[in-house]
Amino acid sequence: MPEAIAYELAKKQKEISVAEFFERNKHILGFGNPTRALITSVKEGVDNALDACEESGILPDIYVEIKNTTEEECVVIVEDNGPGIIKQQIPHIFARLLYGSRFHAVRQSRGQQGIGISAVVLYGQLTTGKHAKIISKIQADQPAVVVELAIDTNKNRGEVQHQEIMHWDKPSGTRIEVSLNADYKRGKRFVYEYLQSTSIVNPHARIVFKESDGTEHVFERTAEILPKKSEEIRPHPYGVELGTLIKMSKETKARKLASFLKSDFSSMGDRTADAVCDEAKLDRNLNPADMSREQFLFVHQAFKRVKIMAPPTECLSPIGETLIRRSLKSETKEISPEFIFTASRPASVFSGNPFQVEVGIVYGGNLPKDKQVRILRFANRIPLLYQQGDCAITTAIASIDWRRYGLDQPSGSGIPIGPAIFLTHVASTQIPYTSESKEAIADIEEIENEIRLAFREVARKVQTHINKKVKRVKTREKFDLITKILPEIAKKSAHMLNKPIPSLEKVITRIMDIVWIEDVVEYEKVRGKPVQTKLDASDPSGKAESGGWIAKSTIMVVNYKSKPQKFNLYALFPKDAVVGEVKPKPTKVTDSFIKWSLESIEPTNKIDIYFELAGLNKGDFDENDLYVQNINPSFVIGADKWEGE
Amino acid sequence: MVRDYSGVITKIDSIAAKVYADLVKAEIPALQLSTRTKANIRFDDDLNVWKYGKNKTERSANSLDGAYMLLRTMYLVDFIKDMIKDKKSSTLRETYYISEGWNLAKFSSQNESDLLAEDLEVITGCMREDFKLRPEEDGARVIGNVVVEEVTRNNEKKRIHCQDDVGDAGYGIPYNVEKEKLNFKEVDADFIVAIETGGMFDRLVENGFDTDSRAILVHLKGQPARSTRRFIKRLNEEKKLPVLVFTDCDPWSFRIYGSVAYGAIKTAHISEYLATPAAQYLGVTPSDIENYKLPTDTLTTEDIAALKSELDDPRFQDQFWKHEIKLQLTLGKKSEQQALAKYGLDYVTDTYLPEKLVEMGMLKK
Repeated sequence: MPEAIAYELAKKQKEISVAEFFERNKHILGFGNPTRALITSVKEGVDNALDACEESGILPDIYVEIKNTTEEECVVIVEDNGPGIIKQQIPHIFARLLYGSRFHAVRQSRGQQGIGISAVVLYGQLTTGKHAKIISKIQADQPAVVVELAIDTNKNRGEVQHQEIMHWDKPSGTRIEVSLNADYKRGKRFVYEYLQSTSIVNPHARIVFKESDGTEHVFERTAEILPKKSEEIRPHPYGVELGTLIKMSKETKARKLASFLKSDFSSMGDRTADAVCDEAKLDRNLNPADMSREQFLFVHQAFKRVKIMAPPTECLSPIGETLIRRSLKSETKEISPEFIFTASRPASVFSGNPFQVEVGIVYGGNLPKDKQVRILRFANRIPLLYQQGDCAITTAIASIDWRRYGLDQPSGSGIPIGPAIFLTHVASTQIPYTSESKEAIADIEEIENEIRLAFREVARKVQTHINKKVKRVKTREKFDLITKILPEIAKKSAHMLNKPIPSLEKVITRIMDIVWIEDVVEYEKVRGKPVQTKLDASDPSGKAESGGWIAKSTIMVVNYKSKPQKFNLYALFPKDAVVGEVKPKPTKVTDSFIKWSLESIEPTNKIDIYFELAGLNKGDFDENDLYVQNINPSFVIGADKWEGE
Repeated sequence: MVRDYSGVITKIDSIAAKVYADLVKAEIPALQLSTRTKANIRFDDDLNVWKYGKNKTERSANSLDGAYMLLRTMYLVDFIKDMIKDKKSSTLRETYYISEGWNLAKFSSQNESDLLAEDLEVITGCMREDFKLRPEEDGARVIGNVVVEEVTRNNEKKRIHCQDDVGDAGYGIPYNVEKEKLNFKEVDADFIVAIETGGMFDRLVENGFDTDSRAILVHLKGQPARSTRRFIKRLNEEKKLPVLVFTDCDPWSFRIYGSVAYGAIKTAHISEYLATPAAQYLGVTPSDIENYKLPTDTLTTEDIAALKSELDDPRFQDQFWKHEIKLQLTLGKKSEQQALAKYGLDYVTDTYLPEKLVEMGMLKK
């Protein structure tokens, strides 16, 4: 009788090394070809640098350099001003795959798998045989350490090849230099785009990119505040897998099932925990350590059947409408767009994971009118560069009928054509990527829906803006012509009858039959704190920035109706702004609008309204959002109907 | 003969006065005129022609278009007043070019200035000729046993016999055929045949139909000019000659007959001057297509739409037209006058016309 086949096979079976694993999977890890490899390397380096700075409360200053040493080889250098890394940790962080502090945490963060930077080091080593060089400085009065690292691919361990100390001008920071096989010629444009995109969603970072020929690009910082730190939260029952549940039960300190559920999961109170136990038909006092797999299966199934509150969403750190707008404005300066609009959805949840969608539209200027709109996709502040077609963001955009919003879209679906850039940022504790290379968001219905809603909202703003503009232009045209034509009619008829030319003011008013509202916003640079005259004194948070810009809005209201007009006017302003001087005296000022109950305006008379906003950057606010109340809005040019707060 | 234009000036001034009064009262200036559409023509029992009904259109400065229209009206009436004063006249096309100097009031096409001239007629009840405006195209040609007396440009009265004094092209109808310009002296004919196409006119002339059948032949040249229609009407009313309209067999030709017999929609305000209610349609009728087995073309979609529109045209509501139009829609075919040549060049004068004239009681068998 021959030996069992399994023994034969066993001879061939052995543990595969990380190197082999990497080699087999490099396409899904983002190293599929020399162009991708270059971008992925820069991306991992920059993500790490941003994370390191933010975690220690430092405004990131990031330097990226690529030296194209030979036809097929580049040195990628990424340097930050972060806290540095202690010597002992360097081999773990840079040369060990799947190592990192974030692996088990449920929070919004850039990387999620911890495969990041060590994969770059490994790729460099596999393709060039050269070692990665890391410089780290952790304190101003200490020298920097320089470490040359290699990865032992059998043990998945970093090995220090060489180590020394050196003087480094920075107070602290980390620098990594990796030689790798890369296609510089084709890759450099993508590196530029990636860094530019990164700068848009990380307005608090300053990024410098030095090309191989010495050309330097600077992506300036547009916000001096670090993003709100995302908080770690416990997993939500809806999103947890059975395996994770069992693993958590082994690590918990709780001795009873009910208290395990309550303490180790989010959104679980006494009542919900009891309800889950009852639904699973399990004793609340069972010790999780003694429970069987079947029992956990019952718990897991019970999770789905019990109504559990959504997880907390404060843990997310969205960029915010004003900052998105400011970054887009700064990065699209050469395009000189006609307008930029943004929209931010409230946080929402998919399978127990909180997420939030923010979008922005840049329109007009030098953007090509006959090409598809450019789509910028971001997940947790990381630009997604590839697989646009597979991404939920693209699907959501393509499913909107953009023709309704004035863009070309041959069949009423698909990516629209027109002079626009669409930005989407999805922030979540768990971005559901389609693959390990993290280039596209999977088609989760809840996420697609939120993206659609966000774009509809911003598209409506675009539409209102365009409609308002068209209406204004048309009315202005009519006004101009009427004021030219009517005097001519009067002159001719008077001449034929040998009579004096009649006065026309009232007739012109009757023909126009509208209330005309026009506004200008100007900026003035100020020193010191702007004067605060907030009516509601309950907010002495001192949010007013010291120095900076003051936005000065002047609104002109002219009554071209034949009867006196009396109505209420509302001016909306960004939540980040602080109201300064307001004339005439407003009836109400909140954190988002000013209300005036205007006195009666006689026909052909006008009144001027003025207010100041502090705490904004120049250009954050360049058009007033005006609303009227107690007047038929169809008589009003330049403001819409007030729909209430 | 010097005409008195004071009545015209009063009417023109009343337009300016209306606009001026509106402005003084701080009201939006506006002028009212009859709506010039198919839906707004009514049969006038007294005049026996189709006139505009009660629907009014307002041209008001409330809209930009209306304001432009009023300004142009002011310029045009001022220009007309000047012409009357200076004893000048201009063609409609010249008027269009004159407006080049009117700045904002400039016409953007001749169609606009022509329409405004018609609007002025509708508003004032005057005729284009009263405004010293004349059409570009003249009237058509006439051959027949009639002597006209025309006051020429030298202010001489000249008698013209429309057979003996003219060549084969016939007598050319001038743009003004009013009594101060033209009168009919001797007429020795039994009826008038108004013919749509030049080819058929020439065929009847060559075949001597005017002499053989004692007919006055008038070439309509497609949709007939005002002077042609006025000429026919005067000949019909003053000399009691029956009028027969001989056209192609398609909806556009029926409209030619309509404008001769009933009055055109565009000029319904002066139908009583232009239309000849007694005019009869001779052919070619859709029934003729069948009876004479004429060569045909298929109706186009435009033809079909035009025929259907004629079915709701108040002017074409009698039994004859309803029947013929419906028949043509059923046949799906149209034919030309000259299709009669299928049976030889003399067929039309030897057979077709005599048969039709007997049928219509114009000739005895």
